[in-house]
Amino acid sequence: MTVSYLNKTVAADAGQTMTMARKRVTDLSSQGEPFLWALGGALAFGCIMIVGFLVMVLWNGLSTFYPKSIAAVTLTNGEVIAGEPSRVERYKLAPDIAEQLPPKARAMVAADDGFALRTLYRTGNFDLYGDDFRWVPEHNVAKREYPNGLYFAERVEWGVFIGRIQGFEAGGAKKEAGNFAESEMRAAHAEARDRFHRIRNIEKDEIGSINHYLNKERLGLRGIELRNGIASPEYAAANEKFNARAQELQIRYDELAAEAKALRAEDAAQRVYLADIGGREKVLPLSTIVRLYAANDIGFFQKIGVYLSRWAEFLTEEPREANTEGGVLPAIFGTFAMTVLLVVAVAPFGVITALYLREYAKQGRTVAIVRVAVNNLAGVPSIVYGVFGLGFFAYILGGRIDRLFFSENLPNPTFGTGGLLWASLTLALLTVPVVIVATEEALAAVPRSMREGSLACGASKWQTITRIVLPRAMPGIMTGIILAMARGAGEVAPLMLVGVVKLAPELPVDGFFPFIHLERSFMHLGFHIFDVGFQSRNSEAGKPMVFVTTMLLICLIAAMNLAAIVIRNRMKRKFKGSQF
Amino acid sequence: MTSASTPANGGTIYHVKKGDRGTILDIAEFCLWYGAAQALFGVEMVVERGLVTALIGPSGCGKSTLLRSLNRMNDLIDGMTISGNVTLDNNNIYDPRADVIALRKRMGMVFQKPNPFPMSIFENVIYPLRVDGVRNKRLLEETAERSLKSAALWDEAKDRLHQSALGLSGGQQQRLCIARAIAGDPEVLLMDEPCSALDPISTARVEELIDELSGQYTIIIVTHNMQQAARVSDNTAFMYLGKLIEYGDTDEIFTNPKSRQTQDYVTGRFG
Ligand SMILES: Nc1ncnc2c1ncn2[C@@H]1O[C@H](COP(=O)(O)OP(=O)(O)OP(=O)(O)O)[C@@H](O)[C@H]1O
Ligand SMILES: [Mg+2]
Repeated sequence: MTVSYLNKTVAADAGQTMTMARKRVTDLSSQGEPFLWALGGALAFGCIMIVGFLVMVLWNGLSTFYPKSIAAVTLTNGEVIAGEPSRVERYKLAPDIAEQLPPKARAMVAADDGFALRTLYRTGNFDLYGDDFRWVPEHNVAKREYPNGLYFAERVEWGVFIGRIQGFEAGGAKKEAGNFAESEMRAAHAEARDRFHRIRNIEKDEIGSINHYLNKERLGLRGIELRNGIASPEYAAANEKFNARAQELQIRYDELAAEAKALRAEDAAQRVYLADIGGREKVLPLSTIVRLYAANDIGFFQKIGVYLSRWAEFLTEEPREANTEGGVLPAIFGTFAMTVLLVVAVAPFGVITALYLREYAKQGRTVAIVRVAVNNLAGVPSIVYGVFGLGFFAYILGGRIDRLFFSENLPNPTFGTGGLLWASLTLALLTVPVVIVATEEALAAVPRSMREGSLACGASKWQTITRIVLPRAMPGIMTGIILAMARGAGEVAPLMLVGVVKLAPELPVDGFFPFIHLERSFMHLGFHIFDVGFQSRNSEAGKPMVFVTTMLLICLIAAMNLAAIVIRNRMKRKFKGSQF
Repeated sequence: MTSASTPANGGTIYHVKKGDRGTILDIAEFCLWYGAAQALFGVEMVVERGLVTALIGPSGCGKSTLLRSLNRMNDLIDGMTISGNVTLDNNNIYDPRADVIALRKRMGMVFQKPNPFPMSIFENVIYPLRVDGVRNKRLLEETAERSLKSAALWDEAKDRLHQSALGLSGGQQQRLCIARAIAGDPEVLLMDEPCSALDPISTARVEELIDELSGQYTIIIVTHNMQQAARVSDNTAFMYLGKLIEYGDTDEIFTNPKSRQTQDYVTGRFG
């Protein structure tokens, strides 16, 4: 008893333990190292997952647009297919299918325990084959080569075409393959594309703006009708004016329509004759081909050229082909605009709330309950906010606004449906707890001596807050806003209810007064990913776009955060003294 | 000019040196509680206009509390309650209708630890004027120069007026805070151990400054440094455990204190 007691006290001194007769056992829990290793391991695991994720997204995102070679594969049954090999997979053959294979193939499969390799080829030509992709088992391949003269043509409709060019027709004369230089065809193609854009310009922008004005006139007339009644003299006068104006616009419209029709006729005369590898022909207007290159003939620099032109299209054009091709400019713009509006809404809202809670409210039970409630808001599933946003903002608030200011447009909703403004406000509500909590902490961290110094100079509480406390707390508030921004920009679920759509016909910003249209629905990169990857006609074609769009979304959010962080660090530098 | 009086309430001994401009502050029966703990016990004290009054006493005796009661800085503390009165020029500063901001504009305060604001030196000095909404640039510049000169900081700071005040040394920062306190042209200057963070040279400068300012301002200074109190002040108040023990002419307090406790303290026997 005594001895053990002695041992215990003396053993506290590690140096002496060694000389003690009784050895102290060190069990696992008293050793630090295993836990250190476990902690380090957990950290390393987390890092590897993040890095792995980024590398995967970056690799897939960056490589998608690089042109691949086109393989021409002859199958054992004599059929020939052409396509970009997109991935290889090992799969188990059903035994009865393996039975029916020719002996050589059967031997191959048997040697691999009943497994076989198969390759997925992107064959394109959806209009001819009914599918864009095709699996080809390795044991069915008789021959695989990469012949010259195979073209990869991206079309406005029906996806890509893979095959040969038989000839093209321009100015009424058809030129057979071999009778014209590649550059001749390229020039004709460029001309056709120019014309195509001109037609689209006329039909979409010019005729679109005529429709816009006509609609505006009509709404004005309807407004007068609602105010003065259809029998009033005001209405009669306005109606007359409207008819005159409508006639004017109709004349302009007819001119434009005629011009477009003439251009279309020209366009139809310029055609290209394509044939797939099996010889099936396809004749298309040259203008419907977006990009055309001979995949196996071009060198590295030409491939880089194609790569860059695809990126340019991706970043600056609108989507086509159910979003699986073309660009994502409206989605980039929508994401950016929504995030900026979100910050504009959430920053003052959150900061004012936190200011009141921390500086003015009497600290007591009520404030404590409010704080708990605010913190709990952060845990509400985001889709619930979507439902709230739709119900409260769009239907109740928006409906009221429509009845007050846009009654001439009813029953068509203006603000009474999802839109950019409601989406931003919904996300602001979703992220406001982050800002409140961060601001409260930043305010609490402002030293008391600062406030006392200001008050002792005869400043009022409000002056002290605006001149001393807020500037000093700004970096902390910015951190909250950055977190809110990151959270909001990546949120998708609630947006689907309050204004994000698959394809928005108009950007929220355009040349018509008031230039920023907060009521319009918009596209969002996050929703675009969901839509392209999982909602489109063939998700295999959308898959590469998922990675590219994901990469873009990550880059966009990173860029916005970085900008905010730079601003915050500028502010922080102001508060650093040289002395310690 | 010393008028000794008999111990009145709480047994305080008075032999206050009168200034020739009357009194400015009258503290009457002043008690203060932090929650349930009482920090000041019936302090009775009259401050002479234009003189320097030193508050001395062992740590925790309530010097800062008393000083901060004069410009109602203690209002910031939750659960603080008071009884008694403080009058400034016959206005009760604890009157519910009293204008605290106007009061603080008449009372500059220098804290124990320098607390410059995170702005330029210039903006720091003219902060009281900014608060008043002064926009006249000439006036602002003149005030800044005059205050910095009074605080003996002008020569060091004149070339970096628009750099951050946080780049100054601790002593320079304290002088900046003094400049800020006098820029608002207060009547009373409250200083809570203004020299505790300063080197001997800066301390000497601040003491010179107090000398220069006395007469123009009424100064109340808390200090732990007996020599300093003896050097700069006209009257000295000795506090102990929240009570005012002895209040009177500084020379008298240090050479011939009337109270045992004062004697023990100033001769260094306790505290
Ligand atoms: N905010 C506060 N809340 C509660 N008690 C306080 C508070 N501030 C001071 N006290 C208490 O009031 C008493 C007086 O404190 P005060 O700061 O006035 O002393 P002091 O004389 O200035 O001491 P020092 O010389 O150390 O600065 C002390 O007992 C202190 O613990
Ligand atoms: Mg103190």
